Amino acid sequence: MAAAGALRLLVPRGRLLPPRRGLRLSAPAAIQVTVRDALNQALDEELERDERVFLLGEEVAQYDGAYKMGFTGIAVGAAMAGLRPVCEFMTFNFSMQAIDQVINSAAKTCYMSAGTIPVPIVFRGPNGASAGVAAQHSQCFAAWYGHCPGLKVVSPWSSEDAKGLLKASIRDDNPVVMLENELLYGVPFEMSEQAQSKDFVVPIGKAKIEREGTHVTLVAHSRPVGHCLEAASILAKEGVECEVINLRTIRPMDIETVEASVAKTNHLVTVEGGWPQFGVGSEICARIMEGPAFNYLDAPAVRVTGADVPMPYAKILEDNCIPQVKDIIFAVKKTLNI
Amino acid sequence: MRKMLLAALSRVLQGPVAAAGRTGAVSEASRVMVASRNYADFANEATFEIKPCDLHRLEEGPATTAVLTREEGLHYYKTMQTIRRMELKSDQLYKQKIIRGFCHLYDGQEACCVGLEVAIKPTDHVITAYRAHGFTYARGVPVREILAELTGRKGGCAKGKGGSMHMYTKNFYGGNGIVGAQVPLGAGIALACKYFGKNEVCLTLYGDGAANQGQIFETYNMAALWKLPCIFICENNRYGMGTSVERAAASTDYYKRGDFIPGLRVDGMDVLCVREAAKFAAEYCRAGKGPIVMELQTYRYHGHSMSDPGISYRTREEIQEVRSKSDPITLLKDRMINNNLASVEELKEIDVAVRKEIEEAAQFATTDPEPPLEELGNHIYFNEPPFEVRGPNQWIKYKSLSHS
Repeated sequence: MAAAGALRLLVPRGRLLPPRRGLRLSAPAAIQVTVRDALNQALDEELERDERVFLLGEEVAQYDGAYKMGFTGIAVGAAMAGLRPVCEFMTFNFSMQAIDQVINSAAKTCYMSAGTIPVPIVFRGPNGASAGVAAQHSQCFAAWYGHCPGLKVVSPWSSEDAKGLLKASIRDDNPVVMLENELLYGVPFEMSEQAQSKDFVVPIGKAKIEREGTHVTLVAHSRPVGHCLEAASILAKEGVECEVINLRTIRPMDIETVEASVAKTNHLVTVEGGWPQFGVGSEICARIMEGPAFNYLDAPAVRVTGADVPMPYAKILEDNCIPQVKDIIFAVKKTLNI
Repeated sequence: MRKMLLAALSRVLQGPVAAAGRTGAVSEASRVMVASRNYADFANEATFEIKPCDLHRLEEGPATTAVLTREEGLHYYKTMQTIRRMELKSDQLYKQKIIRGFCHLYDGQEACCVGLEVAIKPTDHVITAYRAHGFTYARGVPVREILAELTGRKGGCAKGKGGSMHMYTKNFYGGNGIVGAQVPLGAGIALACKYFGKNEVCLTLYGDGAANQGQIFETYNMAALWKLPCIFICENNRYGMGTSVERAAASTDYYKRGDFIPGLRVDGMDVLCVREAAKFAAEYCRAGKGPIVMELQTYRYHGHSMSDPGISYRTREEIQEVRSKSDPITLLKDRMINNNLASVEELKEIDVAVRKEIEEAAQFATTDPEPPLEELGNHIYFNEPPFEVRGPNQWIKYKSLSHS
C-alpha cells in the first residue's frame, strides 16, 4: 500500500494533534477541549483505525485550490470504489456548487442500484452564519440536506458532539453531511473521560437532553443550543424551567425525544439559525402535529429562526438576523403567556 | 455433427443449382464449396492493418496492425450483435410503451464498449453516462436483467428501482443521469485504484456534449496532478442531443482537450482500433504515467433518446451512409469472412442464437412481475437496521431494509 501511504500524505496531518498517548497510571478526569481539537482527535483516531479513511477538500491537501464540483465528485467516486473519504468544504456555501454530486451521486446511488453500490462518505465543514462574512457565505444548509432521503445529516454543538458524531459518521456506511459551526471551533467544552476514549461514538439519530425542565421544551441544533441553555439559565431565575434538547442529528430526526418532552412540558419552542421557511423548525412542528404530542400542547408551537433575509454585513444588522438569547426568552414567554 | 449438417446443406443447395441450369452454377457451386467447409479449413488468426490514431503529446501511439484470432472474432461478433439486437428490442418495447421514461440507445456504437471491454480486465473499472446498456452487458449483466430493468420488473438488475440510466454491477458504476457528473466520479474510482495499489485502471466515459463541461476540466487537472490511473474516453458520436459538434465546441479535437494530458483519436467504428488503443492507454496508466484521453469517433443510429427521431438535425442520407460504409458489425463480419476466420453460415447461426436469446429475455422482461410494494422503502441506506419510511401521508409507512 505504498501508494496509499503517499496519497494519505497528500493530506498532511499538520492540522491534527499528535495522538494522546503516554503513560497514565489513573484514568483521566474530564478536561476542557475545543471543538476544533475534538474534531482533529476524531480524524486522527479514525485515520489510524481504518486505512481506507482519507481526507480531501479545500485547503486540506498540500496545494491551494478550490475545485469544488471536481473534488466532491472525486471523493464520491472513491467511496463507490471502496475507500472512506472525509470530504471537507471550506464552508457549506461552496457545497452548493457541488450539490449535484452530494445528492445525485452520493445520496441516491445506494437506492438506485438496489444496494449494489454503497457510498460511505462524510462531507463536513462549517455551516450557517459566521461573523461578518455576509450573504454568500452565511447560509444554513440543514433544511436543504435534511430534505433528501439517502443522506444522513448531523449537526454537532459541543466537543463531545463533534468528536462522537464525526467518528460515527466516518464509521457509517452511508453518505453523511456533518454541519459544523465556525464560531464554535474555538469554544472549549468539558469532555468526559468516556468521551476521550478512542471508541467514543455518539449515535446518529439520537437527540440529547442537555437540561431537564418542566415548563417548556426548547429544541435546537448547533450553536443555538448554547443560546437556549443561556436563555434557560436566565428564565430559571424567573421560575421558568426549560427543557433543552440538542437535536444532534437532523436526519434521521429523533422526534420521539421531542414528543416525550412536549408530553411533559406542554409547550414547544424550536430554535435554529437557518431561514424560517421550510426549515428544521417547520419540520418539527409538522411532525408534532401529526403525532401523539399534539394532544399535549397547551399552546401552538413557536419557531425562532434566522431572519428571512440574505445575511447583511454591518454588525448591527447581522446581529439582528441571528436568533439571540433575548429572542428565545421572548418566544418562551409568549408561548407560556407570561 | 457439423460435417453432417454441412453435407445436408450442400445437398439442399445442389438441388436448385441443377434446376437453375448453368447460369447460376458458378456462384451456386462456390456456395456449395463454402457450405461443405469444416473447422479445419478456417484460419486460426489473421493480421489486419488498422487506422493509425491521431496523437496528442505522445511520441508513439498504439499498434497499427492487430491480430484477430478466430475465437476472438466470434466473441466480438456475438457480443456486438447481442448489444445491437438488445437495443433494437428496447426500441420496440419502448414504442409498445412497455418501457417508459428515458431510453438512450447504443446501436451503432457497439465497437466502443466491446473494444474497450476486451482490452481491459474484469478487475478494472468502468463508469459511463446514460447511454449505458451496451456497457452494462459488456461488464457482465445478462440481457434478461437489462431488459427487465428497462421494463421495471423485480428481475431487473437493480430490482426495477433504477431504470435505463441506473444499471450497475461489480466494477461498473453505471449508468449516470446527470451529464458530466460521472467524470469526477471516475477519477475518484481511479484514485481508489491508485490507493489500493492493485494496478487497476478506471475507464471514465463521456460524450461530445459533456466534453465542454467545467467539472471535466476540474477533473483533468486533479487527475493529472495526482497522476491518477484514469482513462478519459470521449465517445464522440457527432451530436450532443440535437447539437452537432461544430455548433457546440470551439475545438472539436476532443482528444486534445485535456491539454496537458496526452490524447489519442481513435476510429470508434473499428473494434480492433478501439481494442489496440485501449490496450495502449491501459498500459500507459498502469505504468504510473497518469491519466490519458481517448476520443472514439463513433455514431449512433438512433436519436439522442427515444423521444428524438434523430432526423431533424441530421439527414437520413448521413445515417444511411454510416450504416452502409462504417457499421461496426459489418466491418468485423467482412474481415472475418474475407480472411477465412469464419463462414457466412456460422455467423448466421450466431445471429439466430442471438435473436433467440433476445426474444427469451424480452419474454422474461414482459412477464416478470413488477417489484412488490414493500421494495419501495428498501435500500435507502446500506448496512442499516430496519427503519420506517414515510409514504404519501403519515399513516402510510414502509419498512426500509438494507438487504432484500
